[in-house]
Amino acid sequence: MTEAGRSTATAGRSVGEAYNFAYLDEQTKRMIRRCILKAVAVPGYQVPFGSREMPLPYGWGTGGIQVTASIIGPDDTLKVIDQGADDTTNAVSIRRFFARVAGIETTDRTAEATVIQTRHRIPEHPMREDQILVLQVPKPEPMRYLEPRELECRKIHGFSEYGLMHVQLYEDIAKFGEITTTYDYPVMVNRRHLMSPTPIPKFDNPKMHRFPALQLFGAGREKRIYAIPPYTEVKSLDFDDHPFEVQTWDECCALCGAEDSFLDEVITDDEGGKMFVCSDSHYCGERRAAGHVGPMEGEDAPSFARPADQEADGS
Amino acid sequence: MYVAVKGGEKAILNSHELLAERRRGDPEVSELGIRQIKEQLTLAVDRVMTEGSIYDPDLAALAIKQARGDLVEAIFLLRAYRTTLARFGATEPIDTARMAVQRRISAAFKDLPGGQVLGPSFDYTHRLLDFDLMQEAETAPEAERAPKPVDDDMPRVADILDSEGLIEIDEPDDEEREVADLTRQPLTFPAERDQRLQNLARGDEGFLLALGYSTQRGYGRNHPFGGEIRMGEVAVELTPEELGFPIEIGEITVTECQMINQFKGNEDTPPQFTRGYGLTFGHCERKAMAMALVDRALRSAELGETPAFPAQDEEFVLYHADNVEASGFVQHLKLPHYVDFQSELQMVRRLREQFEARKRGEAAE
Repeated sequence: MTEAGRSTATAGRSVGEAYNFAYLDEQTKRMIRRCILKAVAVPGYQVPFGSREMPLPYGWGTGGIQVTASIIGPDDTLKVIDQGADDTTNAVSIRRFFARVAGIETTDRTAEATVIQTRHRIPEHPMREDQILVLQVPKPEPMRYLEPRELECRKIHGFSEYGLMHVQLYEDIAKFGEITTTYDYPVMVNRRHLMSPTPIPKFDNPKMHRFPALQLFGAGREKRIYAIPPYTEVKSLDFDDHPFEVQTWDECCALCGAEDSFLDEVITDDEGGKMFVCSDSHYCGERRAAGHVGPMEGEDAPSFARPADQEADGS
Repeated sequence: MYVAVKGGEKAILNSHELLAERRRGDPEVSELGIRQIKEQLTLAVDRVMTEGSIYDPDLAALAIKQARGDLVEAIFLLRAYRTTLARFGATEPIDTARMAVQRRISAAFKDLPGGQVLGPSFDYTHRLLDFDLMQEAETAPEAERAPKPVDDDMPRVADILDSEGLIEIDEPDDEEREVADLTRQPLTFPAERDQRLQNLARGDEGFLLALGYSTQRGYGRNHPFGGEIRMGEVAVELTPEELGFPIEIGEITVTECQMINQFKGNEDTPPQFTRGYGLTFGHCERKAMAMALVDRALRSAELGETPAFPAQDEEFVLYHADNVEASGFVQHLKLPHYVDFQSELQMVRRLREQFEARKRGEAAE
C-alpha cells in the first residue's frame, strides 16, 4: 500500500487491531441479531438477512461465521467442528479466524464451549441450555431440489403446503421400499415450517427434537437465517407405516469401542481393508481417556487417532 | 497406513508459505510493483474494480498481485475488504451525458452530433502477436493528439431518439425512494430495476457474456443495436445532509452501453424501441455490452413477452451471476463430506444387496 502512495488508517496495524471485535462492525452485528430474534420467534422460518461478504469463501461457512460473530462476546469459549472433528482443515481455519479477529478462547471440549459452530454434525456429547449450536447451511430451502423458484417456495411455506415433499418420499418407498434420503433429511419444526436440518446425517435428526441448547442456522450465500429455540418439537418426515429410522452399524468404533456414535469408514489399504471410527473426534478422545478401548486401539494407530487437543488449541 | 485428509494448523500455515513463494516466483526476476499493475494492466484493474464493486485502482492492483493474477480471486479479496468499510451516504446519480468522453461510438447512426470517437480500442487491431513487446522498449509510445478537443456537446443517442418519441420513455426513479443495495439487503423477487442493474454490474463478465450471446443466437432474441457505447470520466457528487446541495467529491472513469432493441408494440403501446443498459467502472466494454443485452432480456415479462429462455429467467440469471458466490460454492466441494458420503455409501450398499437378492430370486424361479 505504501508503494501505491496510500496510507490508510489500517496500515501497520495487526489484523486484530485493524478490524472490529469479531470482524463485523457493530451495526451489522445488530442487524444480524435482529434477524436471529425474528428467527427464534418463528421457529424454522427462513429470515432473509443482509449477508456480508466475508474473507472466507461462500459455501465454506460464511453464514455460520456471521451468526457466530454476531452473538459471541469476549468471555465466550468457541468450539468449531467440521464432519464432527475439530482438526479438519476448515474447522481449523474458522477457529483461527475467530482467535485472530476476536482473541477469544477456543476449545475442543464440547462441555466447555459456550458457542459451537458446526458443519454436517451435531456433537455426540449432550448440550446444555447455556450453550448455543451454530450450524453452517449450504442450502436453506428444503424444497429447492423439488422447486427451484424462490417465489414458489415462499408460497409453499406461506401455505404450509408440503405435499410435494411427501410425494417425493412416497415415491422413494414405492421404488426402493424405503426412504433413500440419508442426510439433510427434512424436518417439520414446531408443526409449522418444513426445514432443512443442514447436511447432517439423519442419525443426528432426533437430537434436534427438544434440544436444550438454542440452534441457530446461518446461510451466507443464500442470505437466510433460521433457528430452533430450546425444547422445540422437531419431527423428521415419515409415514405411519414407514416410521423414520436412523443409520446403524454392525461395527463399533475401532478406537474407543463406541456403539452409539456416528461412524466414519476409513479405508486402510487397497485390498478392501477398512475400519470404522467415531466422526466426533472429541467424543472418541474423551471415551478413550476414560479407558474405553476399541478393537484396533494400540495397533499402528492412524494419524487422525492422535488426541485432538495436540493440534486443535494452538493458534 | 491410510493418512486421513485431516490437516492441522501447521499444514495450513505451510501451505500459505508455499503460496507466498509461488506468488513471488523466481527471485532473480524483479518483483512486480502495484504501480506497474495499475498503469500497465489497466483493464484487469478495471474488471476487478467493477465486479469487486469498489472504485479503487490501488487496492484492485494490490488484489491482483496478491491473487497471482487470478482475477476472480482478486475480486473476492476486494469484496471482503469493501464489506468492512463504513458507508456514509449515496451519491447523486452520475450524469453520463456530461461525461468527458474518451471514446464514443454508435452503430445505429453513421454520424451524429459530436461524431464517432474511437479512443483507445482493440477493435480494429489485427490480433497479431507484437514480438517487439518481448523486449522492454527504450521509449514509451506516444499517440498524436487531435488539434482540438472532442465536442463538448455530445448528446446520448438514446436521448436523440427519445426526443422523437421512438424509444420508450426512461422514467426516472422516485428521488425519495432509497436505492437498493444488494450488499446490505438480499435479493427479492420480482427484482426491481436497481437491484437487477446492481446485480448485473457486479456479475461475472464471462457468465453475462455467454448469456448475452445466447440471446443473439435465438435463445430470447430481442433484435439489439449497439445504440451507443461511451467511455470517459464523470463527476461523482454527494449531497451532505448538513449542506443540502451536491458537491463534487471526485471523478471516476466509466463505460456505458445503451442497447436499442426492437419492440413491435401491443394493444396499449405503439411500436417503438426499447432499452437495455450496461454500466461498468473503468473500461470494460465487453462487460457493458453483455450486461445491456441481459438487462433487456430480463425485462421480457415487463414488456409483455413470454420469458422462455435462460437469459430471460430472472431468478436463474440474478441468482447465478455473482462469481464470488459461485466460485465459493463450487469449490466448497473440496471440503470434507465424509459424513454425508458415509451415509450414502451405506444406502447404496443396502440397495445393492436388495438388488442382488432380487436377481437371485428371479434366477431361482
